[in-house]
This record gives sequence, C-alpha cells and structure tokens, in this order.
Amino acid sequence: MSFEVVTSSFRVSRRRGVPLVETLRIGGLAGLAAAAFALIGAYVAMDKRHVIENSLTLSQIAFALIAIAAGQVAGRAGEGGRTRPPLATALFHGGLAGLAGGAVVAALLLLLASFNLRTTLVAASPMLAKALSFGAPIASPQALAQLAALGAACGFVGGLVAALPAPVRRAVTGGFWAVLVAGLFRDVFVSIFDNLPALPGLEGMVFGSGGIEPGGAVVLFALVSGLVLAKDRLAGARKAAGGGAASKWRVGLLLAGLCVLPLVTDDFVAQVAMLVALYMLMGMGLNIELGLAGLVDLGFVAFFAVGAYTVALLCSSGPLAVADVSFWVALPVAVVLAAGAGMLFGLPVLRVRGDYLAMATLALGEIIRLLVLSDALAPYLGGSQGIIEIDPPSLFGLSLKSPASLYYLALALAGVVAFISWRLQHARIGRAWLAMREDEDVAQALGIDPVASKLLAYTIGAAFAGAAGAVFAALIGSVYPHSFQLLVSINVLAILVIGGLGSLPGVLVGAIVLIGLPELLREFGEFRYLFYGIALVAMMHKRADGLWPASRVGGDADA
Amino acid sequence: MSEAMHAGREPGAFAEWRRRSTWVDHVLLAIRAGVAVLLLTGLAGGLTAGTYSLADFVSFAVFGLTMGSLYALIALGYTMVYGILRMINFAHGDVMMVGSFAGLFAAGGLNDLGLLRAAPLLALPLVLAAGMAAGAAVSLGIERVAYRPFLHVRSLAPLICAIGLSFVLQYTARGLFGTRNRAYPGFGWMEGTLDLFGLPVPIPQLVAFGAALVVLAGLLAVVRLSPLGKAMRAVAEDRDAAALVGIDVGRVIVATFAIGGAMAGVAGVLYAVVFKQITVFMGFSLGIKGFAAAILGGIGNLGGALLGGLVLGVAEALGPALVLEGFHIPAPYQLKDVIGYGMLVMILIFRPQGLLGERLASKRA
Repeated sequence: MSFEVVTSSFRVSRRRGVPLVETLRIGGLAGLAAAAFALIGAYVAMDKRHVIENSLTLSQIAFALIAIAAGQVAGRAGEGGRTRPPLATALFHGGLAGLAGGAVVAALLLLLASFNLRTTLVAASPMLAKALSFGAPIASPQALAQLAALGAACGFVGGLVAALPAPVRRAVTGGFWAVLVAGLFRDVFVSIFDNLPALPGLEGMVFGSGGIEPGGAVVLFALVSGLVLAKDRLAGARKAAGGGAASKWRVGLLLAGLCVLPLVTDDFVAQVAMLVALYMLMGMGLNIELGLAGLVDLGFVAFFAVGAYTVALLCSSGPLAVADVSFWVALPVAVVLAAGAGMLFGLPVLRVRGDYLAMATLALGEIIRLLVLSDALAPYLGGSQGIIEIDPPSLFGLSLKSPASLYYLALALAGVVAFISWRLQHARIGRAWLAMREDEDVAQALGIDPVASKLLAYTIGAAFAGAAGAVFAALIGSVYPHSFQLLVSINVLAILVIGGLGSLPGVLVGAIVLIGLPELLREFGEFRYLFYGIALVAMMHKRADGLWPASRVGGDADA
Repeated sequence: MSEAMHAGREPGAFAEWRRRSTWVDHVLLAIRAGVAVLLLTGLAGGLTAGTYSLADFVSFAVFGLTMGSLYALIALGYTMVYGILRMINFAHGDVMMVGSFAGLFAAGGLNDLGLLRAAPLLALPLVLAAGMAAGAAVSLGIERVAYRPFLHVRSLAPLICAIGLSFVLQYTARGLFGTRNRAYPGFGWMEGTLDLFGLPVPIPQLVAFGAALVVLAGLLAVVRLSPLGKAMRAVAEDRDAAALVGIDVGRVIVATFAIGGAMAGVAGVLYAVVFKQITVFMGFSLGIKGFAAAILGGIGNLGGALLGGLVLGVAEALGPALVLEGFHIPAPYQLKDVIGYGMLVMILIFRPQGLLGERLASKRA
C-alpha cells in the first residue's frame, strides 16, 4: 500500500504569481461564484428575505460577503500571504479584487439583458436582471457602473478587514454574525420575546416584520463586538491559568438551551427541534458505525425505515395494521427488529471494506426502499400510499400529540442513547472499534475479532436508527416510502462529518446546523442540499475534525 | 470461500473446511444457497409461465445489450480511477449527467442549424464531442477538489468530498436547468425501428450500442498502444515505482480522470439518444449501475468493465421477465433496479474480484 509513501508523486503547492495577476484572478473567481449564485436562482429567491428591515436582503448580503471575502484574500495575497499586510497594499489589492468581481457580475447583467437565456438557464429571468440593477434602469450604463463600484467598495472593506489587528477583526466578524443570525432567524427570537413577560416593547424596537430594524442592528453589532473584545482581553489574562472546563460549560449550556427551547418558543420551532432530536438519535447510531468503527454506511436509512414501519404496523388503527398496541410496546419491538435487520445486513456486508462498503450499504438501502415502494409488497406495507392513522403515544393517560411533548420524548430517548454510546465508547469494545478504525489488520493482530466487533457496531447503530424511526412514525402519524430516501442517510453522514466524527457533542452541533437551520429557512429548501455538498467539501478541506472535534479517546487522558 | 464449494468432493477436505470456517462462513454459505434456490425456482417458473414469446426475450436482450454498453462506458471511469488511486469516484454518475446536458445544448444548436436532421452521422460525433468535453472538464474539477489534496493521506476525506461534490453537481444543475425533463431533439433517420431477422429493433439502440463499442475500442487502443496508456498501466501497477522511473504520476492521474469523464460524457449523450429525455437527477442510479458493472467485471480491468456492463444490462433486462415473473410478482419491472443493486451486493460479498478476476482488488477491498 503506497498511500503514506511520498516518493516523487507530486505535492500540492500553491504557486504564487505576480501579486497583481493573483489579485485579478481572485476577483474573477469571486465574480464567477457570484454569477453562479445568481444563475442557480438563489439570488432571486433570497432577495425576498430582508435581514435588515427594508434595507438589506439576504442575497445582497451574500454578494457583499463574496466580495468582502475576495478582498480579504486578495489583500493578504498581495503581500505574499502575510497574515497582516500593511494597510495601503491590502486596501489596494482588496479594492481591485472587488472591482474585478463586480465587473464579472456586470458582464453577466449585460449578457442577461442582451440575450434570452431562459430556454437554457431557467433562472436567467428578467427578474434577476432587475434585481441586479439595484433600482437603476435595467442593464443601463449606470447599473453596470454601480455593480462594479459596489464590488470595489466591498472588496475595499475586505482589504481593510485583512489589515485589522486580529482581536479587532474577531470583534467585527462576531458582531456581523450576530446581526445576521438575529435578522435571519427573526421568527424564533420574536417568539421567544412573546413568551417572556419581562421585556414588553423591546421586540418592536429590535425586530420589524421581516428582519431586524436598522437601529437594533447597530446596537446589537456594537454590543456583540464589545463583548468579543472584552472576552479576548479576559482570555488573554486567563490563558496562564488554563481553560479545560470550557468544553464542559459549553455542553451544559447547550443542553440547558435544548431543554427549555419548546417552552419559550412556538409550535413551529418545537417541531424543528423535534426533527433535530430525531436526527441526533440517528446521528448517534451512525456515530457508532462510522465515527467509532469507521464503517461508511450509506444504507442507514433502511434501519430507520424498519423502526418506522414496525411502529406503523403495530400502532396504526388503519386497515393494514397487524396489531393495535401502545407505542411503548411497539418501541422496543421496533428497536429489536431494527437491530435484527442490522445484524442480518451486517453479516455478509461487513467482510467488504472501505469504499466498497459504502456502495454495498447504499445498494442495500435502495433495495429496501424499492421493495417497500413496489406493488409486490403493497398489500402488506401499503406501497406508495404508505400506512396512515398511527396513534400518538400516550403517557399516564396523556396523549403526546403536541410537537413539544414529542420533542421531549425524542430528547429523552436521545439522552438514553447518548449515555449508552458514551459508555460504549469508553468500554473495551469502544477501544476495539477505534483500533479497527485506525488499522484493521493491526487490530486483528492484537486479538480483536474484526467481524464480531464490526457486527456489534452495525447492530447497535441499527438499533438506534430503529428508535429514531419509531419516534418519527409517531410524530408524523403516517409513514410513506418516500420518507426513506438515500438523502436521509446522506443527511446523517453530513451531520457526523460537520459535527466531528466520533464526537457526541459534535452530533448535537451537526444536527442543529444541518437540520435545524435549514428547517427554519424553509423557503430556501431547494438550495439545502447544495449547501450540504459545499459544507461537506469545505469541512474536509478546512476542518476535517468537525466543528466540535472528538477528544482523543483512549489517549493519555483517558487510558 | 470458493474453495469451500468444491471442497466437499474429497474426504478430509470437508473436515478441514469445517474446522477452519466460522459461523459467519456458514451463514454466508446459507445465503448463497438461498439465493441460488430463489434464482432457480424463479427461472423455472418464468420459463414455464409462457407470458412472453421468444421474440419478446430477444428484444429484451437487445435492449439489455444497449443499456449494458452504456453501463460499460460509465464503469470505465470507475475502473480507471480505481486502478490508479484505489478509490471510488462517488460523483462519477453526475459527471455523466453533466455530459448529457452539454450534449443537449450542442444538439439544440445543431438542430437550429438543421444539421441534426440532414446529417445525423456528422452531427452525432459533434454532440458526443460536446458531452466528452464537458464530462472531462467536470471530472478534472472533481480530481482537483476531492482527490489531489488528499493524495498522500489515507482517510475518508476523498470519499466524503466526492459525495459532497455529487450533491453540488446535482443541485447546481437543478438550479441552472430546472427540474423538468429535457427532451433531446431527434437525430434524423436515427429514429424508428429496423427489421433485424424478422424482429423490430429500435435504431437508436443500435446506434448507441455501435457508438459505445467504437468509443470503447478507441479507448482500449489508447491504453494498450500509446505512451500515455503505458504510463497509466505502470502507475496502476505501482505508483511509487512508476514515479521512480520518471513517470509524472500527477499528470497520469489527471489524464485518467479526464478520460473517465469523457467516457461518462459519451454515456450521457448515448443515454439521451436511446431515451430522448434527461433530468438532472439521472446520474445517481446510472452511476451505481456503472459501479456495479465495474465490480462485476473486476475493478481495475478495462475489458472486465465491458463484460460487466453487458452482463448487468442483460440481466436487468431479462431478470424481471424471466425470474420475477416466475414468482407471479405484480408489476415485476418496478423491481428492475432491485436486480441491478442486488447483483452489486452479491458480487461485493461473494466475489469482490469480479468475473474476470483482478489481482488489484484483493489488496484493499
């Protein structure tokens, strides 16, 4: 195996050319990115969402961000990649890159106005040309010049950001993100304000009908920037003392937030939180397989489906039901059946390694979906009509129908599962999994039975997915084959990768970022998987350990 | 495993197998036997059911061969990349989709000129060239983003990057071109059917099959005869040794991705010639089928890709009528993909080296 050996196979190296050419290249690339963003229809879709009331839309911010990023990169590259270039160089190169990017977008605008591209590119509509002209007559010289000037201005800002001292830069970006989040998720914050009696009147001052008020934005920006600056100072002073407890605090804070979330918001947010909890359950299942044992499973959704269909068949009062028992009886059955299915699948498949395993499991998952969908099994599983009228679970005579109560059910299950996986991870079998993930042959030489321990990982992961499926069936009240597409498996995989492979808090963070945020931004649903794809690639390049990396289990601290 | 099957003939060997095998082996053997029994019962039932005439079966088989040649073209991309990098390009199916769309726009332009109807034999290569160029370009992009940065690390990163890129390609295409089906314009006389030995055979299928074989032959010639092909085979054999004798490994990898992408582009255009309609999501299942074909033939083996593709195509075309019909399953054609995926799983489990066998496959998989 020649993977680790570096003989004369070429290395990745960035050749830097003349700074001016490099700057123009960066600007051109940014312009192309912005043009692509417009041509896939994202610009027009996001132009309807105001982040700052009546002044800035989401797509304008996206364009500005692209230009600012280009300016920042160019500002640095102009000085040969130094982290903090002199102000004048940074400003010059940043502005130039922004200008180049703006020029590319202006060229796109000209193209849109002069040719009818709609037969080929569905998003190249007059609406896009109008939006890109920013109020000026469509594709007039004025509109074109305006685009280039705006690009240059944003690039200038980017150059300025590149030249700022690091703490100031952190403060500015912190403030910016705070305003963006507040504006984007206005509905969530407004619902929180509505439920808190202590702060009457504040809501109207900060939030408008679609986003954050300009005044509120300025105040928020100043507040968060100040906080970040202050925190930086404090952290600098505290650095000598060491801060190992920070991670625990963060976990505690996140958990506390999760527990009270549905109480202080509305039903919609509770429903989203419910989905997040569901995906956490699945994520922890796949975490055992992929994160610990290193098994790439793209057919994970099959076990989710087994759990969901078991509960559907056992709890439905519809015509296809085989029994009508309570959810609490059906749940263990679903878990056991899913685990059984995992074992059944795992036995033959687990002798296959690496990429092959990904393909084999993917094919298995698709086979299950196609079988459930087919007319052949329709008399038993309902085919594309699915199974309906699943009774909601009840507890002490109380029917758990509201999203909030189902959320707590899923959260409780997720807690149990998290505890189990935490214990497993630190047990003998957990270390065996980790050893196998790192090198299967060596692990086998150390006396670990690869098939048995893989099979265990697969079975446990499947059981967790089955539990998630059971709750899913109870939540929706019906199951259809189209809920069990490959995309679900990819979702779960993406959660793990984004959150950090093998990291339990990572699963939580990943589920919030990949399931919660897109659900709250429903209107952009068609760009959701594009975002996933970009996120997966970007994470692998920039931060392969995930947003919340796993601490090295079995390392010095734990052994 | 395969020794176990005929080990029973000699006394002693069976006892030896029993001593050495674990319960997993027994379960696997049981699965094998179960699949064989299922297949044979289905086959017997299908043959005696008499729902279809011989002419039906022949036309199914011709369609299967056409699909098989497309699978083979896609499989080449997997096989070549695997041969050199020992990794699977998960986004390869979407490369095919991009090639298909590039071909659509080229065909649209040629149609406006009237060339498509007047001289389809001249137009088809042009459309194919457009598909090849787009496929090669996208494939190069994939190499640049998902494989080159991770060339020296052994991790899941390339696989996950490729999965991400597959989504980026699909959903970018969806944003650019919309979700509705796009119809290819007709290729003049390459429409309609031809009487072949008394059986009506659609001409597009013959054209696609013929074009696929021509392109495959060209590729085999390149790999067998050209210096580039020699370099590719050397890198596939041993990357470091190839580098030591002065082969630019990076360039060979790039060339491999480009050729694989071009082949996928050809497959995309020919698919559209047969089916007339394309969507942005068609790459997924065709990609898996292409992968199945590559494995079936023995991954890393170019001739195997052709064989695997044809076998898979014919099995998929005949399977529902022959085997599933035997179980009196309603609407057996719904389960056509199950046959393809099922074959993929079975080969991966029981014969990962494929039909022709390939020494390379045993190294990692």
